[in-house]
Amino acid sequence: MGRFIVRRSLSAIALLLATSFLVFSFFELIPNYNPARAIAGRSANQTTVNQVAKKFDLDKPFYVQYANTMKLIFTGQVIDYQNDLNVVDQFRQRFPVTFSLVVPAAIIWLVVALLLGSISALRVGRLTDRAVMVGAIIGVSVPIFLLAALLLYLFAYKWAVFPNTGYTHFGDSPTQWAYHLILPWISIAVLSIGFYSRVLRSNLLDTVNQDYVRTARAKGLSQRKVFRTYVLRNSLMPIVTLFGLDFALLLGGAALVTETVFNLPGIGQYEASAIGNLDVPPILVGAIFTAFFVVVFGAIVDVLYAMLDPRVRLTG
Amino acid sequence: MAERLLDVDGLQVSFVTEDGVVRAVDGVSFTLDRGEVVAIVGESGSGKSVTAMTLMGLTRGPNSRFGGSARLRDRELVTATEDELQRIRGEEIAMIFQDPISSLSPVHRIGDQIVEQIRAHEKISKAAALDRTVQLMERVGIPRAAERARAYPHEFSGGMRQRAMIAMALSLSPSVLIADEPTTALDVTIQAQILEEIRQLSRESDSGVIFVTHDLGVVADIADRVVVMYSGRVVEQGTLNEIFYDPQHPYTWGLLGSVTRMDREPPHRLPAIPGQPPSLVNAPTGCHFRPRCPHAFDKCGEVPPLESHVSESEDHLDRCWLDVSEKRQRREVEDGRIGLGQGPVAA
Repeated sequence: MGRFIVRRSLSAIALLLATSFLVFSFFELIPNYNPARAIAGRSANQTTVNQVAKKFDLDKPFYVQYANTMKLIFTGQVIDYQNDLNVVDQFRQRFPVTFSLVVPAAIIWLVVALLLGSISALRVGRLTDRAVMVGAIIGVSVPIFLLAALLLYLFAYKWAVFPNTGYTHFGDSPTQWAYHLILPWISIAVLSIGFYSRVLRSNLLDTVNQDYVRTARAKGLSQRKVFRTYVLRNSLMPIVTLFGLDFALLLGGAALVTETVFNLPGIGQYEASAIGNLDVPPILVGAIFTAFFVVVFGAIVDVLYAMLDPRVRLTG
Repeated sequence: MAERLLDVDGLQVSFVTEDGVVRAVDGVSFTLDRGEVVAIVGESGSGKSVTAMTLMGLTRGPNSRFGGSARLRDRELVTATEDELQRIRGEEIAMIFQDPISSLSPVHRIGDQIVEQIRAHEKISKAAALDRTVQLMERVGIPRAAERARAYPHEFSGGMRQRAMIAMALSLSPSVLIADEPTTALDVTIQAQILEEIRQLSRESDSGVIFVTHDLGVVADIADRVVVMYSGRVVEQGTLNEIFYDPQHPYTWGLLGSVTRMDREPPHRLPAIPGQPPSLVNAPTGCHFRPRCPHAFDKCGEVPPLESHVSESEDHLDRCWLDVSEKRQRREVEDGRIGLGQGPVAA
């Protein structure tokens, strides 16, 4: 286990560096990319733009800029172009919001997807199964901005059951915190429920035909025992992999549409506006941030796999 | 008189599929007494595995249709409820499957899987069940059983895995043991050991064994009585000697003829029964073997009933219209061997 951690940490560092380098390089390729002008403002004249360029080292070679930016990031001093704010501070402030959005949504979607996937597989071919699968396809297909807007319209505006966007800190009022987040949670959960319940159902149906399930039945075990101990356990592993990645991405800010529509001041919202403005520092920090989570959760998933399936050996 | 354990009478199992109704088992009857080994022989698709699994209710599903009867002592298995079957499985009828690597759960320890079987039917503590498990594993010849009980299936060799499956099947001393091609996935030397295990253990516990196989060598080794199946029907049934020395059905001749013998010159070509088994969806009318039988004649268009034709033995049954003297003549191919032959020889 110790060797595993060391190996993983080393490859994680390499991965984070590579990601940051790649993302940074993309911006070199964008035509008409002129951050100096973006910072200076539209009405600035050429002299001001040149001064800005000098100030931010934007006239230096690409690799020098990269090294400088990375140094700024790791010393926590990097500033964004748009609003002159400290990016790392912004991330730190906004992370609890994203966390509050993602974690409960993930719990909801896991529980519901497990239930629906199981019910579907147990009643395969019957009406319940078909209804759930149709619902799942709809859930997966509806664009999230449409779903979010629809939920907002119906439940916050028309029927005024939930508040109309905004975020309340948990510390200020737990009930308000939850109250504001229910619709966003649903928006995120619907897509994942649709996806995960289908995956689980498919895995369950495959597992149910395995020889060892037949043996379990031949032993005289009850249907429920056979399902729980043999069928479900062996079907969960692919879900663990998927979930690890999904969760990591979401923590890194992948729920940016939801955050924007519901006006939640999370990481996703910040990254979204940065992308819109080609504001490199937040995008870079966001990429590194997300990559970090992906690596960590990737390692966790691998460890879980080794725990769940004795045939798997931990590799670095 | 040994106790009659199983009485299968006219068992029918069909599966409704997109291509039509597959009549996998089409009126199969046989019996099993305590202490005897009955081998069910046939090629793939003959219905032998479906018959065996139906006895335990493992073929039930939304597409299966059943008919006939299979009685375990005085209880009807075909129409038994799922609850009744759960109690019977493992405790009164147990099964050993063909491929132990896929038949055992890869993520649970071997010992745990056996313990689970025991505790599903008996109220004893985990520790007591584990003790019994270790004893069982020792009895089937697994060395260092206490250690090995904590191992996973993939850490065992094929023969050891099968022994573990046997231990699991016998853990509750069932009266009927069904072995579905237990040695097919093993190499020949291990095969001999496993057969010996099964024979010995069933003798010790005085259970009846149904041994499903396609291998006549295994049949000769272990069976007391033989049931030959073809295309969903029993085509011949009798004691081991009757089947091997006085076979009454052309299919049986074909099976026997296709075995190469060590005590004879090797044949130029391996003898095989020409043709393919018929489709179970659109089975030929009359005798199912007719299309491949060189001895077929016009009466074969009618389904031959399963009857005794050999006067000395009323339990030796077969489904063939030919009369006994004809059969005894036709089944002799070159140098006294038994085989399917070419057909009626011109006088």
